[in-house]
Amino acid sequence: MIYVELLITFAKIGLLSFGGGYAMISVARIDVLSNAWLSPSEFVDIIAIAEMTPGPIAVNLATFVGFRTAGFLGGLVATAGVALPSFVLILLVSQLLIKYQSHSARIVIFYGIRLVVTGLIFAAAIFLAQNAVFNSFETGKIIRILLTEPLEVLNLRAILILILALIAQLKFKINPVVIIICSAIAGILLFYVL
Amino acid sequence: MKVHLTLGEAQGGYIVLFEQRAVSLIELFLAFAKIGCFTFGGGFAMIPLIEQVVVEKKRWLKHEDMIDILAVSQALPGAVAINSATFIGQKVAGGKGAFVATLGVILPSVIIITFIASFFLRMESNLIVSAAFAGVRPAVVALIAVAAYKVFKKSVKDKADAIVVVVTALLAAFSDVHVILLIIIGAALGFVMQKVQPEKIMATIGRKRQSNDIC
Repeated sequence: MIYVELLITFAKIGLLSFGGGYAMISVARIDVLSNAWLSPSEFVDIIAIAEMTPGPIAVNLATFVGFRTAGFLGGLVATAGVALPSFVLILLVSQLLIKYQSHSARIVIFYGIRLVVTGLIFAAAIFLAQNAVFNSFETGKIIRILLTEPLEVLNLRAILILILALIAQLKFKINPVVIIICSAIAGILLFYVL
Repeated sequence: MKVHLTLGEAQGGYIVLFEQRAVSLIELFLAFAKIGCFTFGGGFAMIPLIEQVVVEKKRWLKHEDMIDILAVSQALPGAVAINSATFIGQKVAGGKGAFVATLGVILPSVIIITFIASFFLRMESNLIVSAAFAGVRPAVVALIAVAAYKVFKKSVKDKADAIVVVVTALLAAFSDVHVILLIIIGAALGFVMQKVQPEKIMATIGRKRQSNDIC
């Protein structure tokens, strides 16, 4: 039955993808295409849609594939499938961590992990910046191009929005939701109207 | 609004009594639905929202708790958004809280995507939507960068710590080293640092016990 198949396949995708939504795309691609649930070009479209709409990419992908394959209920079942392994694992692990909250080994381990996660958050900003403020980004060449022809690769309108968003946060302490809404309006003005 | 006293678990030979406001499940659901509505661009993009809604406004978590929860959410399989919603829900209001928070973070996506899939609007060719998105992306970069800076100020104690952060950021951004491997290396580094600079880690433990941190 298609619902069971969707549930099991997306539970498997949820269980096998480490490192968040972007890691999930490559895992999901194989299953979705081999089951012929979407065509390769539809798969590319849904990734674009998943990135443009709010919320976890994993959920967007599961809902879309489930809906296209087996209607509304299919969307719900696939989404439940992708969330289920996380939900169960986190419930188990969080209880364990709360139980050992002041165990010295846990504190030592998390001291190191916290530093790595801090680095990962900076990396997420760098990673998104490659798409957001550069017209093209090639790791090997970028420094040379930046020094010789910065206007070729830098998207000045995007940089303006980035700077305004920084000022809004640091100087005026504006709420992130307000910043996102204003930046969408600024995007329409700068990239569509002008 | 109910106020009740929670008897903290007796751990490490001390008992903590602290006042905590009972968190209603509806409040938890709405907070995570809001986070789900405004998270663009992957799991870490939700950090500024979690910080604003869960840490600053509702005061359900401490900033350090948030970092640890994010670490666990990254290290386990699945979407970071779902993992951290489940974890925060569990910590704030138990099993029911975990369910409600996860449902909250998922539901806006399910509704929006179902709507798009029914009409299959070609978002790519929709120029207004892609212009709006081109505006949102650099703002999200700024939001995450500020969040990273705040986390940096809390977690980094000395130059050695700062070097670990910078090297991790460069490896994660510009090489193919897997996130899980970096997190495992981080855990191992904790033990190395305890051998080399035991007083630094001990200071963290002292501070943790005073502030009744849970996770």
